[in-house]
Amino acid sequence: MQLNIKYFGMLAEATTISEEQLQTDACSVSQLVEKLKNQYPKLKGTDFKVAINQQLVDQSHIINSEVEVALLPPFAGG
Amino acid sequence: MEKKKPKNVFVQGAISSEFIGTSIAKHQTKTSIGAHNIFLGQVRADQIDGKTVTAIDYSAYEEMANQKFYEIREATFEKYDLTCMHIYHSLGTVQAGEICLFVFVSSPRRKVVFEALEFVVEAIKADVPVFGKEIFEDQTHQWKQNS
Repeated sequence: MQLNIKYFGMLAEATTISEEQLQTDACSVSQLVEKLKNQYPKLKGTDFKVAINQQLVDQSHIINSEVEVALLPPFAGG
Repeated sequence: MEKKKPKNVFVQGAISSEFIGTSIAKHQTKTSIGAHNIFLGQVRADQIDGKTVTAIDYSAYEEMANQKFYEIREATFEKYDLTCMHIYHSLGTVQAGEICLFVFVSSPRRKVVFEALEFVVEAIKADVPVFGKEIFEDQTHQWKQNS
């Protein structure tokens, strides 16, 4: 299945992209995050939350359909 | 009680005092209101390791952020007896000393607007995916984090 991955703020800076498509089998959020950290070593040591289709999820959440995954660094609104 | 699906909360660049003044003036026709309360977030020229912040460049996960603003708005109307409320947040560059967040709540009575405004502002800081790049005078930067 294909995931649409979005990177924001310092994470877009670390990966040098704001968005990409990724082919993957069903996996947990933590497995996906590990894969992305291996692909983009600069993500290691950064602090971020993960949203699936605009809802925050925890690391054990299983991704088993084509969704939008967003990596969100600490919020700084206001 | 007025409940509207919110428009896009984001505005490009700083929020001007003229815009804020016009927003206040527009409420003169809403004569059931007895109290307004306004929060203005201003970009602070923080000193960090001997360097001064001159501006913040704001970005956001806009679809999720607008949804969060909507949920905050719904929760606030549920909790407090407000006549209306408005939220505007900047995107892009806002210079130190300029306004980046404008929250405006109105009610027949004063006590509710004090509580409601704090509730809204704290929820925005905690829950809305907005990101801020603090730019120093030498054009280096660091990423802001709400405390």
